[in-house]
Amino acid sequence: MILQAKNLRVEFRTRRGTLVAVDDVSFSVARGEVLGVVGESGAGKSLTGLAIMGLLEPPGRLAAGEVWLEGQRIDQLPHAALRAIRGRRIGVVFQDPLGSLNPLFTIGEQLEETIRTHLGLAGKELRQRALALLAEVGIPAAQERFQHYPHQFSGGMRQRVVIALALAAEPVLLIADEPTTALDVSVQAQIIALIKRVARERGTAVMLITHDMGVIAETADRVAVMYAGRMVEIGAVRDVLHAPRHPYTAGLMASIPRVAAAGAGRSRLAQIEGAMPRLNAIPRGCPFHPRCPQRFERCMSSRPELMPAGASQAACWLHASAIAQR
Amino acid sequence: MRAPLLSAEAVSRDFDVSRPWLDRVLEGEGRRLLRAVDGVTLEVRRGETLALVGESGCGKSTIARLMVGLDTPSGGRIEFRGQRRQMIFQSPYASLNPRWRVHDIVAEPLRVLRLARKAEVGGRVAQLLAQVGLAAEDGEKYPHEFSGGQRQRISIARALSGEPDLLICDEPTSALDVSVQAQILNLMADLQSRLALTYVFISHNLAVVSQIADRVGVMYLGRLVELAPASLLFSRPRHPYTRMLLEAVPQIERTGEPRTPVAGEVPNPLAPPPGCSFHPRCPHANERCRRERPELLDAVACHAVQEGRISFAR
Repeated sequence: MILQAKNLRVEFRTRRGTLVAVDDVSFSVARGEVLGVVGESGAGKSLTGLAIMGLLEPPGRLAAGEVWLEGQRIDQLPHAALRAIRGRRIGVVFQDPLGSLNPLFTIGEQLEETIRTHLGLAGKELRQRALALLAEVGIPAAQERFQHYPHQFSGGMRQRVVIALALAAEPVLLIADEPTTALDVSVQAQIIALIKRVARERGTAVMLITHDMGVIAETADRVAVMYAGRMVEIGAVRDVLHAPRHPYTAGLMASIPRVAAAGAGRSRLAQIEGAMPRLNAIPRGCPFHPRCPQRFERCMSSRPELMPAGASQAACWLHASAIAQR
Repeated sequence: MRAPLLSAEAVSRDFDVSRPWLDRVLEGEGRRLLRAVDGVTLEVRRGETLALVGESGCGKSTIARLMVGLDTPSGGRIEFRGQRRQMIFQSPYASLNPRWRVHDIVAEPLRVLRLARKAEVGGRVAQLLAQVGLAAEDGEKYPHEFSGGQRQRISIARALSGEPDLLICDEPTSALDVSVQAQILNLMADLQSRLALTYVFISHNLAVVSQIADRVGVMYLGRLVELAPASLLFSRPRHPYTRMLLEAVPQIERTGEPRTPVAGEVPNPLAPPPGCSFHPRCPHANERCRRERPELLDAVACHAVQEGRISFAR
């Protein structure tokens, strides 16, 4: 396993008490695998990514849990050591490509600096490496684009540059947080294809954080669904998307509008009643129970852990009886 | 047939994006105009939902503002034959005054348009809030006490309080989570059938559009490239750009299937390509497409379709 996250817990200490934004989340990502982490705003998916990178900002902190990268525990490392790992062994791509690039330096300068810092190359070798990277992420006329500043690139091209920067040090893990959300659909499809290709050809482990099930469906091998800071379901994309085992996943899937359904004319979408609870008011037991059409006694009192459900795992008491019978 | 509720005839809107006067004089530059909407002709029929789709910079939001009267066309004409138009904006955070109570936000159109007597306002607001699934007590709260989806319900209540015939919705669900989006789309459909509303629905999301639209207009670089009933557009898209857009939508049904993404991006609207503005990305482009601008004939603006160079066997 490239990445192993064990029992992560992210807390925010506030004047009105401690808020738990990520609660007992565990998963792993293998070489060349794309793990999608999906959820609605406030589900804790981005914080999970930041916790792994050691980029949580106070008052947020990793209160419990362990992060292992290629068999080495990294969550307790001092800042400097962790910073060397980020960039060198963990590449990062955020939603807004402009925020990730320095407007005062050309793309070439930024790319060369990154490669020099992490790989220690210089001169001709350095230049060739940088150009090869730009070509790999699909930037046409790389030679010429080398001298250009970030504002001279379009949104899609900028995101390609950011991916090139993230890949510059040949990381074993790429964490991409909503990499396609700010882009138009046609460009989004190009970036998805690029991320898939990187995982396949370089063997990079990818953690893809997004709210978009369509992106997950096309890109990820496995998917983890988060709700109110907890992981409610995890499994192979095909299983989770086509045979969701947690009522929240099922509701989420049903509420997604699909183009394929169009021929039938206008139709009503299935909807989940209510809204995700605020962090200071997460219900006892299963956090989804107030909205769940299938809730029963047990859901309101005790919290379900992930348990086998079909080919996936789901944190839902509906599957407890199936286990007991076995 | 009754006259359409709103018709746009060869509507254009230019924005002056020139640099400051002194810079222009010193560097000998002329004025620069950005044509955000370029010769769009269409009708909105009573009771329908007309969706306008396209990528960023295609002019869909500009035409929304023109249709609601927030902006005036630089060329062409927009004729509205109804009583009142209202708009629902994308961001439920920016479009509600944070210092006003919900009651005052929803009551403002009643007051300004004199649609209710003072004594009736309270009851009417409660009724409007109930219509969008909020409680009458919510009127006492401020917008920050609500989630994004609830705020969008408040925006809808405010728009409805003006008793509009035409509602222009500019990406009303784009800032919302999918499960909340489903709630809002269902609410909009219910309100439409109950109050006989006409919607113009602006969106970049084809899946959303396929759920709610009767007719769909596809825009590219300020021009309308295809306009068709939703069932036809999604089952048998004709313009190469429409096909490309549909092809690009990530689909849950196609888990893991490889596909070739479309190449290229929308060109800079300050320097649109000559002829058909889609020709640099179009697999069917020929000499004529590079030279001559296609008109919207038989609901599609494409030389290749009009000349029968594209077959529709699907």
